[in-house]
Amino acid sequence: MAFITIKNLCFSYAEETDPQPHINAVDDVSLEINEGEFAAVIGHNGCGKSTLAKHLNAMLLPDSGKVYVDGDDTADEEKTWDIREKVGLVLQNPDNQLVASIVEEDVAFGPENLGVDPKEIRQRVDSALKAVDMYEYRMHAPDKLSGGQKQRVAIAGILAIQPKCIVLDEPTAMLDPSGRNEVMSTLLKLNKEKGITIVLITHYMDEAVLADRVVVMDSAGVLTEGTPGEVFSQVELLKKHRLDVPQAAELAHRLRGCGVKINHIPLTREDCVKMLEEAMK
Amino acid sequence: MVRDVSFGQYFPGGSIIHKLDPRGKILMFIAYIVIIFCAFNYAALAVTTAFIAFVLVLTRIPFKFYLKSLKVIIFIVIFTSVLNLFYGTGEPLWQWGILKITWDGINRAVFVSVRITCLIIASSCLTFTTSPTELTDAIERLMKPLKAIHFPVHEVAMMMSLALRFIPTLLEETDKIMSAQKARGANMDSGNIINRVKALVPILIPLFVSAFRRAYDIATAMECRCYRGGAGRTRMKSIHMGARDAVSFIVTALIIAGVIVCNILIRAVV
Amino acid sequence: MSCILELKNLGFTYGKDTPFEKRAVNNVNLKINKGEFIGIIGHTGSGKSTLVQMLNGLIRPTDGQVLLDGSDIWKEPKKIRNVRFRVGMVFQYPEYQLFEETVYKDIAFGAVNKGMTGDELDKAVRKAAEFAGVKESQLEKSPFDLSGGEKRRAAIAGVIAMEPDVLVLDEPTAGLDPMGREILLSQIVNYHKTRGNTVILVSHTMEDIARVADKIIVMSKSELVAFDETKNIFAQGDMLSKIGLQVPQITKIMQDLKQKGFDVPDGVLTVDEALSVLSPLLKKEGA
Repeated sequence: MAFITIKNLCFSYAEETDPQPHINAVDDVSLEINEGEFAAVIGHNGCGKSTLAKHLNAMLLPDSGKVYVDGDDTADEEKTWDIREKVGLVLQNPDNQLVASIVEEDVAFGPENLGVDPKEIRQRVDSALKAVDMYEYRMHAPDKLSGGQKQRVAIAGILAIQPKCIVLDEPTAMLDPSGRNEVMSTLLKLNKEKGITIVLITHYMDEAVLADRVVVMDSAGVLTEGTPGEVFSQVELLKKHRLDVPQAAELAHRLRGCGVKINHIPLTREDCVKMLEEAMK
Repeated sequence: MVRDVSFGQYFPGGSIIHKLDPRGKILMFIAYIVIIFCAFNYAALAVTTAFIAFVLVLTRIPFKFYLKSLKVIIFIVIFTSVLNLFYGTGEPLWQWGILKITWDGINRAVFVSVRITCLIIASSCLTFTTSPTELTDAIERLMKPLKAIHFPVHEVAMMMSLALRFIPTLLEETDKIMSAQKARGANMDSGNIINRVKALVPILIPLFVSAFRRAYDIATAMECRCYRGGAGRTRMKSIHMGARDAVSFIVTALIIAGVIVCNILIRAVV
Repeated sequence: MSCILELKNLGFTYGKDTPFEKRAVNNVNLKINKGEFIGIIGHTGSGKSTLVQMLNGLIRPTDGQVLLDGSDIWKEPKKIRNVRFRVGMVFQYPEYQLFEETVYKDIAFGAVNKGMTGDELDKAVRKAAEFAGVKESQLEKSPFDLSGGEKRRAAIAGVIAMEPDVLVLDEPTAGLDPMGREILLSQIVNYHKTRGNTVILVSHTMEDIARVADKIIVMSKSELVAFDETKNIFAQGDMLSKIGLQVPQITKIMQDLKQKGFDVPDGVLTVDEALSVLSPLLKKEGA
């Protein structure tokens, strides 16, 4: 069985916030996340991807359908805290998720809540900060850090809980390009070296290209999924839904349209150059 | 800019003062406030001043930061000492109309300015060397007995530490909102009182809206990080009293004794 | 072409004469002509935010001058507000400045401060709302009931309504999804075309700048590194990567091809351009 299994999930933000009730924010979504994989979920704002994220650690519970995390049903209240220990959630605004005035004290917040022994907290904090490359900033105040650094501290705060999976809800949306690079390389490292399952919710396709698997969401449902190669070669489908594709893929697709023979759609700069070289010989 | 405030800031470091138990620091701070206001003659005042100067050196934090925190209250110090200078009783040394300076007035002025300065230095010594988390942690523990009367000790401490964390963020936000409204021609620097109060509306409303939005986000983030109240929480930095703290208590007790002795032996001047 | 903004030896130091002194902008000289669409790129902390805030007098330069239509904006410091109406500034995440009861009133705030009334005001507000893509039906709503993207458009409309000669936008598309970014950018381009006014766009997203700007200002470490036509800037891929800026993927691909000895031009910025360059070079199936 997959690490996270989502079965026919439906959810709507009831009367309170939604002027038109019973429009589902997530509508009949079924999805599996395997242990150790790096999955990216892309789609427009309001396509339901953030709502989906909050279901993965029982911050929201399904109206209908089921979400299982490591075999446990998220709707089972007795399992709530076990689930949040296994699946950590990092949010968009880095400022609003750091709760302490010193970096290392912030990272300690999670394990402190779990009642971990002080000595072990110290070890977890140090190794979490090292894993995100922020150890030398452990005594800094969060408000003096750059956006990318703050977001890495937020990731360390989740790492210290020692989850199996980290879900990130548009962690790079408010960052500048260098901050985005910092966060992406941190996530790739955690996934490859520590085997932590990553679910990255984003609207930057250049980030999704780096994932093992891409899930494209549109109007509350899953539009398509597969490896980045499979997903981004469907240039027409993505363009129709006004989603970005890598410029390399778009170029190849349009050249193909002009009658140039192209075997497979490249995603990266290197692949694209190689393809063009061959085509020009 | 509103951001350049050093009062209440924390400077991480490894000095002996940094390493003292924050609970002890708070208690000694309170004791110190009492004794500066109980020093009634110059000898006693000298003892209290020398003590805080000694502590200041021990913190190993550059003197300029202390000066910076004094800068904020320099006006109050000058104002109250001038007031006291002319307020003394007894034989006038100098007189001009109703204004007169007496020895008593001079003494009062000196005492009031030294006391306020010492008070600010002492509180800076406390906040510069104690992280907000440690501080609120210590307050939470010191207030523990209040739990018996159902006072929400943990919640109050948590609110305090969140407030300390977000003060700089909100100050920065205020700066940004002010710039944005100025860019739309908001007039904040001139006009009468009513106009000036009105000019605050475009700043306060966005600030409140954003504070609520942040509060909502923070609550979510805390829940995601398994926060469920104070029960069962542990601390990374467990605080406990050691030999160091015992020494600091003895020194403080000696200073208190010294001030009392001075007060008994020497005539009070204020 | 007549020059609308001129920066002369412009510089700014934060906390001058204190231990925390920091040079944010150093000796910038440049001229911006009426009606140009200027892009500003640079790292966070490169001084670009400080630079744009000096253009409308939110920050007073510590040295040098900003000339608006030939006269120093700080000639009469008391009248600096008038400069802010002429050089309209949209900050990053402008949606956080909304405060009025209705969207209409919020859009009108700056224009009212400028002294507009009656029909003139109403026209300016409605026109601005249209430029920014705020729907007629939303004008009487509370700004707090709008969605994130709608709020941002309302805030931008609030600056356009002041009818400034120069419109400065600091990262207007930050945090929007690709579709939102696309729509907002095309609205800005449309505003620029229709009004013919000068627009200055600060952005991290090179693809966006590449598509819309006539000229680009490159800032790095408080200095003006380059100010030139868009094509010429992106042709200097090495310079841009050296200061840590990313050029569009398509530009890099074309640069790589050129290095490998293929006959392709420098500074290709869009897929359309690349296609027209490559298409004749490649052999077609069945041809």
